[in-house]
Amino acid sequence: MHTTLGTPTLSAVLFFLIIVALTLALTWWAARRTRSTSEFYAAGRSISPMQNGLALAGDYMSAASFLGIAGLVALRGYDGMIYATGWLVGWPALIFLVAEPLRNLGKFTFADVVAFRLRQAPVRVASAFGGILTLLFYVLAQMVGAGNLIKLMFGLPYEWAVVTVGAVMLLYVLFGGMIATTWVQIIKAILLLFGVTLLTVLVLSRFSFSPGTLYSAVAARYGQAALEPGGLVSDPIDTISLGLALMLGLLGLPHILMRFYTVPDARAARTSVLYATGFIGYFYLIIPIVGFGASALVGRELIRGIDAGGNMAAPLVAELLGGTPFLGFIAAVAFATILAVVAGLTLAGASALSHDIFLHTVRNGAATEAEQMRIARIATVGFGAIAVVLGMLFKGQNVAYMVGLAFAVAASANFPPLLLSIVWRRFTTAGAVASIAAGATLSLLLIVISPTIWVDLMHRPAAIFPLRNPAIVSMPAAFLCGLVASWLTREPAAEAKFDDERLRTYLGIGAE
Amino acid sequence: MTRSHRDLAESAEFRALVARRWRLSLVLSALLFLLYYGYIVLIATGRAFLSRRIGEATTIGIPIGAAVIVAAWGLTAIYVVWANRHYDAEVARLRSGSPPDPRP
Repeated sequence: MHTTLGTPTLSAVLFFLIIVALTLALTWWAARRTRSTSEFYAAGRSISPMQNGLALAGDYMSAASFLGIAGLVALRGYDGMIYATGWLVGWPALIFLVAEPLRNLGKFTFADVVAFRLRQAPVRVASAFGGILTLLFYVLAQMVGAGNLIKLMFGLPYEWAVVTVGAVMLLYVLFGGMIATTWVQIIKAILLLFGVTLLTVLVLSRFSFSPGTLYSAVAARYGQAALEPGGLVSDPIDTISLGLALMLGLLGLPHILMRFYTVPDARAARTSVLYATGFIGYFYLIIPIVGFGASALVGRELIRGIDAGGNMAAPLVAELLGGTPFLGFIAAVAFATILAVVAGLTLAGASALSHDIFLHTVRNGAATEAEQMRIARIATVGFGAIAVVLGMLFKGQNVAYMVGLAFAVAASANFPPLLLSIVWRRFTTAGAVASIAAGATLSLLLIVISPTIWVDLMHRPAAIFPLRNPAIVSMPAAFLCGLVASWLTREPAAEAKFDDERLRTYLGIGAE
Repeated sequence: MTRSHRDLAESAEFRALVARRWRLSLVLSALLFLLYYGYIVLIATGRAFLSRRIGEATTIGIPIGAAVIVAAWGLTAIYVVWANRHYDAEVARLRSGSPPDPRP
């Protein structure tokens, strides 16, 4: 098969320009509605549950999950499907454990919840540290992925791709704040769901709309083993640890948690999770069909020849079935996906810097709206610049483990203090700081001495810590440190406020 | 905290509502863990079972994997439907008997 991948075709550029023009027009519209901090960080709490469901799905369905899982299924068959299920299971846990209390207790960031009863400065600084660390790993993986993918699809040089992503997403966030960022996510989610649905229908149309016939074609070409579990779960403990990070790390991702402040109340927050889980579940259900289709129609040899990781499986099958225009559409959607995810991460990073650090730590909660908005915009530019610089510095590095690391840090440093502050009267400032510090340092340290970095990147003979994902150790350790440090200290003022906190958590009395 | 807010926070009804909410969400979380880790353990130990064919080439592992995703969504739906129907009604009842928001 002949492919135009890697050359900027007219249709790819055209679709890309249409998407950018549409989203920038939207930003212009949103900019006129973004005057206060509540509008900048939380879209004025005016987003409906369905809209927020799409935006949450948009934040979560990254280019890595779309292209990566399709590629994994294409090259490794059933094992790729196992991977897809792991990415969904955090969503039910999110609603069971933290989404509604978070909505009722907080204002703009998850640190609002952790610091609700505790001493502001230490808890804000620690929470912002955990949050920003998570966001940096996440944005680094996105930026390097963006540079590579855009180079593969459009033939644009890596540096140009990184700078373009940085510049366009800064326009969204800087001028349109959360309103623009939310609508960019909604548009991107709809385009992505539409594109993958169309791709699935086109694949199935080649197999008389029967998945069974598709699987037979895969088995005829690559053997029955393509439809059986292979070597992915060779170490159950490591798989359980990765599962924990994926499941509970979601509950500590600042850019996801921040979305719950954009809806009017806890009921809307709850309903939006049901929509988001539906969209994301549907996405992960049909992506394996695209992957198997690529394997049967395009062939593993060609997919691997273009990108060893299989990332181009979905674009290749799109070109085969829908020609250059459809490839252009899928490439433009992948680009839009990266833009939207990086915009969401940048807004979350800016809110931690300006709301938690500047307003509540430097200024003790006293600053005018105008001042806060100015700092928020400076922080946005700062975080965006850091993202671009990181993307440049890590050019050519294998950063696939960075997303896993972001989830591990989120599950270990952000989730434990968040849950403890919601459910435990005796939780203290020392407990919060200790759990964040322990979770962040342990997850970082353990990943450095794990096979992921110690062996694969530093080429040492054997790893000191045997697991690739540290969450199974670092998360319980963070909970334990939070408990012990709280038992060793007492904070009567925090305990006295717990009844008020409960009324606000469960009944929404006093919620913003 | 006003006197009546303290009464509300300490009332048996409020405590029962909170306990009911956590009971349901912890049961659902446990089911979610069982579902997902059950699947992982099945992959680690029951490879022969998952490779069993149910069609010409289709293995039973494929519908099982899909079922994990659908069931995870189903658990979410159980919680949301319960909370929208029962929890919110109880919240409205408790709030109407409570003093107005301290918010201006």
